[in-house]
Amino acid sequence: MIGSRQEKVGDTPTPRRRLSVVGVLGELLITGGVLVFLFLGWQLWWNDMIVANQQNQAASDISRHWIEQAPSAAPTAQPSPEPVEPVVAAQPAKGDAFAVLYIPRYGADYHRTIGQGTGLSILNSPRLGIGHYPQSQMPGEVGNFAIAAHRSANGGGMHLIDTFQLGDPIYVQTADGYYTYRFRDLQYVKPSAVEVLAPVPNRPGVKPTDRIITLTSCNPLYSTAERVVAYGVFESWRPTSAGPPDDLAPIIQAQAKG
Amino acid sequence: MYAALWRILPGPLWVRILLVLVLLAAVLYVLSTWIFPWVDSIVSNQEATVGAP
Repeated sequence: MIGSRQEKVGDTPTPRRRLSVVGVLGELLITGGVLVFLFLGWQLWWNDMIVANQQNQAASDISRHWIEQAPSAAPTAQPSPEPVEPVVAAQPAKGDAFAVLYIPRYGADYHRTIGQGTGLSILNSPRLGIGHYPQSQMPGEVGNFAIAAHRSANGGGMHLIDTFQLGDPIYVQTADGYYTYRFRDLQYVKPSAVEVLAPVPNRPGVKPTDRIITLTSCNPLYSTAERVVAYGVFESWRPTSAGPPDDLAPIIQAQAKG
Repeated sequence: MYAALWRILPGPLWVRILLVLVLLAAVLYVLSTWIFPWVDSIVSNQEATVGAP
């Protein structure tokens, strides 16, 4: 690359090397190869990291807003914590941010906003990142609360979906309160397998009795050939005024500071 | 091509190196701000859902 200085030596200066077609072509090809690697680095690492940070930050903001807006706990003596039916919100308008997802298995500071709908305007959004299948149920509702996110790039909301272990908590926070689910199992399906979104997953038409959460993403990593599905089972619910579940409280506190 | 570019750059060696670094930074900025997002929207298969989104 560095210019030759042959002109200085010898009495008869050799003519400066002309641009050869092959030489330029070769350099262009090398440049193209470098650009491809740069693009992959940008897509899978640099931009992924930036979008993930933006999505985390947006989720912190909306969570804090809900906690500040919530009416403080009624001064009446707290009744015994008998199991209470969870509040089920109405289906939000398309694109609305209505919940925040916490998955400690993905990292202590992992929290992402869930928006209504699963289009790319929601999954790629630096404000959202996770989409709710509008035909599926809402958090805490009997049936199936089904959501989708990218496995890699654009924040990669479900990058670590295959690392779940039995019983891992999956928290969903809404303006109403905190819904705790426990991870049950993984399933690998074809991209056409809409039956995983049924009120009873894989049993379309059956009347549901359980409250299930279903997470879908791409499989294998960096491919879209298949889908990986993670199921969780509803465990408990707490209203916002009662504060987050014990294991979630430090995470909520940390994000309030950040 | 790159050798010709290097010859065009003025000044002593350290000025040239500085200019190359500035040019590289400018190229990277343009790529990551405009070119790569545009390419991403064309080449990436971003389906992450089951069924129709």
